[in-house]
Amino acid sequence: MSWLLALPIALPFGTAVAAFLVPRGGRWVSLAGNLLLLAAAGVLMAAVLERGVVAGQMGGWPAPFGITLVADALSAIMVVITGITALAVSIYALADVSRANEGLGYHALFNVLIAGVCGAFLTGDLFNLYVWFEVMLIASFGLLTLGGRPEQIDGGVKYVTLNLVSTILFLSGIGLLYGMTGTLNLADLSLAVEAADPALLTVVGTAFLIAFGIKSAVFPLFFWLPASYHTPIFAVSAVFAGLLTKVGVYAIIRTFTLVFDGGAGFFQPVLLWVAVLTMVTGVLGAAAQADFRKVLSFHIISQIGYMILGLALGTALGLVGSVFYLVHHIIVKANLFLVAGVAGRLAGSTDLYAIGGLYRSAPLLGLLFIVPAFSLAGFPPLSGFWAKYVLIVAGIEIGAWVPVAAMLVVGLLTIYSMTKIWAEAFWKAHPGGVEPRLGLLDRGTRWALLSPIAGMAALTVAIGLVPQPFVALAELAAAQLMDPSAYRAAVLGGDG
Amino acid sequence: MEALIALVVGVLVAAAVWLMLARNLLRFIFGLVLISNAANLIIFAAGRLTDGAPPLVPRGQQAPVDAVANALPQALVLTAIVIGFGLFAFALVLVFRAHATLGTLDSDEMRLAEPRPDPRGAPGR
Repeated sequence: MSWLLALPIALPFGTAVAAFLVPRGGRWVSLAGNLLLLAAAGVLMAAVLERGVVAGQMGGWPAPFGITLVADALSAIMVVITGITALAVSIYALADVSRANEGLGYHALFNVLIAGVCGAFLTGDLFNLYVWFEVMLIASFGLLTLGGRPEQIDGGVKYVTLNLVSTILFLSGIGLLYGMTGTLNLADLSLAVEAADPALLTVVGTAFLIAFGIKSAVFPLFFWLPASYHTPIFAVSAVFAGLLTKVGVYAIIRTFTLVFDGGAGFFQPVLLWVAVLTMVTGVLGAAAQADFRKVLSFHIISQIGYMILGLALGTALGLVGSVFYLVHHIIVKANLFLVAGVAGRLAGSTDLYAIGGLYRSAPLLGLLFIVPAFSLAGFPPLSGFWAKYVLIVAGIEIGAWVPVAAMLVVGLLTIYSMTKIWAEAFWKAHPGGVEPRLGLLDRGTRWALLSPIAGMAALTVAIGLVPQPFVALAELAAAQLMDPSAYRAAVLGGDG
Repeated sequence: MEALIALVVGVLVAAAVWLMLARNLLRFIFGLVLISNAANLIIFAAGRLTDGAPPLVPRGQQAPVDAVANALPQALVLTAIVIGFGLFAFALVLVFRAHATLGTLDSDEMRLAEPRPDPRGAPGR
């Protein structure tokens, strides 16, 4: 069983090494590796659907003494979506990443990043989660500053310093939790915390909340994100926007359903207000921006609020909403950054006031922007509509009117920002008189840039048109999160 | 012994926060080193401190005979030190690069990625 769980981590690592050894063909190695990763993720998903929670003890050490890898429905969903994003970005990278940046090790770093993300989703051990966070972090440092343009260094300073603070808080939290319970295995912890002092547990939980809050860019800890996400090369910003903050959200969902749920009386209102304020500040911040990628960066923050909100509602339906939102958001947000890349490449800039005319000269790109943009804002029949719909129903069910109102208003304001991008980048004439046609790109470049965008847009439409299987999957994940006994049984053996 | 470690952690964190509140990036980085060592000490102390009892298995035995020091936190701290060292090395190089490219170490002056808003207001449209 363990190979099934180790494969989504080992494959990207192997790919990273191979891509490093073959400097000229690194792009093809990376593409092949990510295809294999998606296949491995699919096999894992099938195993989880067939057998429920799948766990494997690394090195044959029984839990809770060794390191456990474990995949429940949520982990499997996240690994599959990571595979999809990684594949899309590695196709896009064929045309987007310059030879110079490839020489600096783009493909190796990218695959190490993906390995770190998969590891974080699959691990069942808190300290191991810390290690995966670090793997992710060091790879993302390299990717963010790859090429070393002055803006990248500037954004990198803020990204690196604030993420390191988060890391240290996380590590201290792990130390304190270990001191209280004597274990770091998540399944074992979920049992051990019942004997712990609830007040101390709340303090430690707060350290975790702040640490993961920085990673997932919630209010008021998000400042590193809009400072850095618009600076790296386009392929990098797409994979960051799609995956990185969502690992933080995943960690919050995992720990606050499994370990700190006893402190629900304290954490629930905190999470609720954090979620609402994150949604509102993110969307207002976006309204004030004038750069394609900066607008989208602030929208990441705003959308993170929705995911946290689903958890904060504390009901099964709320969690269904969170999980569905995670999936929808990763696809749509990575896609929008890819579109921003093509727009920036054609029109010469991502500054909305310096570009224009894209709809007139590249109507196909306009269509490919409209689909994820409308999905982000929550238009039916796209995936974002169902994600918001489930969350709003979950809010109404328990009479949480303020969050419901916030969700509706933020959705409306999202349309405002998307309209702004549309009006500036697509509708108005290019101020420099440039005609940004897709025909300017050669055939291979065009295919490499547009096919992942079209594929992910199609996925958004597909989820929107046939939401039932995806909602059912999210329901399965939510049920496993609400009742962790299957998770415990799979990890610890026995009936948990 | 625990009280002493707790005091040391407190002093380290206090000094680190003081350093990290400075606008000079180099001071921030030094603060980061101090606070990451404080975190390592927390883990070390969380495993309970035992005096002079190394976790060694006597020859011919399968497990330690007497109560010995908890080896797990030591392994965790070792991992954390290695990771912290790598991150520190990167951060130091980044600060060096920042000084070379941006010409300053004052974090308030680093506004290249997020320029201050134009005093004449946003472009009117």
